Amino acid sequence: MKIAVCVSHVPDTATKVKIGSDGKSIDPAGVSYIINPYDEFAVEEALKTKELTGCEVVIISLGSDSSKESIRKALAMGADQGILLKKDGFYDSFSTACALAKEIKEQKCDLVFFGKQSVDYDNSITGQLTSEILGFNCVSVVVSFKIENNKITAEREIEGGREVVETELPAVITAQKGLNEPRYASLKGIMAAKKKVIEEKPAKEVNNLTEVIKLVLPASKQPGKIIGTDSSAVPELVRLLREEAKVI
Amino acid sequence: MANKILAVLEQREGKLKRSAFELISTVKKISIDLNLDPTAICIGNNIDNLNEAGSYGIMDVVHFKNTELENYSSSAYTDIVSSFVKENEVEYLLFSNTSLGKDLAPRIAARLNAGCLTDCINLQINNGEIIASRPVYASKAILETKINSPIRIFTIRPNVFKAEVTDGNIQTEIKVKEISNPNLKTKVVAIKKSADKLDVAEADIIVSGGRGLKSSENFKLIEELAEVLGGAVGASRAVVDAGWRNHGEQVGQTGKTVSPKLYIACGISGAIQHLAGMSSSRYIVAINKDKDAPIFNIADYGIAGDVFEIIPALIQEIKKIS
Repeated sequence: MKIAVCVSHVPDTATKVKIGSDGKSIDPAGVSYIINPYDEFAVEEALKTKELTGCEVVIISLGSDSSKESIRKALAMGADQGILLKKDGFYDSFSTACALAKEIKEQKCDLVFFGKQSVDYDNSITGQLTSEILGFNCVSVVVSFKIENNKITAEREIEGGREVVETELPAVITAQKGLNEPRYASLKGIMAAKKKVIEEKPAKEVNNLTEVIKLVLPASKQPGKIIGTDSSAVPELVRLLREEAKVI
Repeated sequence: MANKILAVLEQREGKLKRSAFELISTVKKISIDLNLDPTAICIGNNIDNLNEAGSYGIMDVVHFKNTELENYSSSAYTDIVSSFVKENEVEYLLFSNTSLGKDLAPRIAARLNAGCLTDCINLQINNGEIIASRPVYASKAILETKINSPIRIFTIRPNVFKAEVTDGNIQTEIKVKEISNPNLKTKVVAIKKSADKLDVAEADIIVSGGRGLKSSENFKLIEELAEVLGGAVGASRAVVDAGWRNHGEQVGQTGKTVSPKLYIACGISGAIQHLAGMSSSRYIVAINKDKDAPIFNIADYGIAGDVFEIIPALIQEIKKIS
């Protein structure tokens, strides 16, 4: 067995979004980038599986040079190998999945972890697309994962509970918060990661099926009224909710 | 014959979900604008209320049936929907952006080489094309985007599009197709229901608590207010990370995105990541001691006071009227 973890390098979740000059993407000035938070759960689950089975873990990222920071972070946590698929221009989810699938195949991986969504475009489909392109099984939004020989038992979050899903390798798993507690990289790990060579390759050519027309800021909401500062304001609040908002 | 626009309806425990009716109404509307033939399909075993589809505007419903398909199977469902699309002239597929829709839609998209846009909050017709608006960067921006492939797939956010009864008398024609030997390579073998009666992602009313509650025990107040309102309990990231509440209740960037009719934020200051998950709520009430808390910037109504004084008073006041 060999495991791939696909990671993406995304703006920090505390980023204040400004629209870039092209009107189609964010203005990158002053934005700090991090490993996608859900991808950390994916890396951790891969490393836990490695500890159980002794298999190898390869980190794959589609991006530009700066994505190496996220790859290196995963290497510092304990992954064995890092690959950067260098892209030029905008790759939509489908193009991204095609490029990742090609590399996963080349690396002969049979278990692949993704974060359940990346917190930039929030499409939450790249893992599922990749699984279908590869002909792999897939369980998304996973909060519990077990593997025994070829057999996988995973629990995925649904509205009002969890589904217990059974499937087999080869498979793609997308990780939800709660799956595990991502480890901190040790100093030794950080030093070792610095020495590792991240292999760079051009990404498979773009094959976008979707097109961005424009990126806009949401209409800002007018702040409402502060009705009061103590419980004497409660009857008025209830009246407004009934008569003005008509929601209760 | 016009090409088809397909609503892929979701059932749980043999009943169509409420979001399915929002989907039917949305598909019906687009079918008129784009001159398409609206059709609905649903996969499951027995489905009680499938005949209600007609009153929301879609008469032709295909029910793919097998006892093994009562619960979700990504492999079987992908096969069934993809074959239907190939055998019929389907141009558009719409799903609800639920845990099932988000899992299934991209699988079908990859199989059919179709573009897929998820979590759409608006679908607008422009020159015979659908322009979708979808929140990105955790709702800090809105992407207007379209699909250029011959088959196009959209998932729509629940609670945003309206379910509208068009004519109470429209008959639904349900064709039942028995599925033999479904592909169960991936299969749900059990469902563990959470103790909460109502999921935060599906509730009309959400009462959410944050750090200002001071302890997990004090969440009883939040639970009680949610109960008298018939709503669900939500939580901020801080209290989930502190272990006071389960992650399933977390609202915000690394939790759930919700758009209820009413969102009551108690003791939540309104970090940008939290606002991202709830700012599309129709009405927002904030109760917080700090009158400068960012939550008041997006709240419709606020009380800048002590949650421990105001929530009990609010519970009493609501009990009076209900």
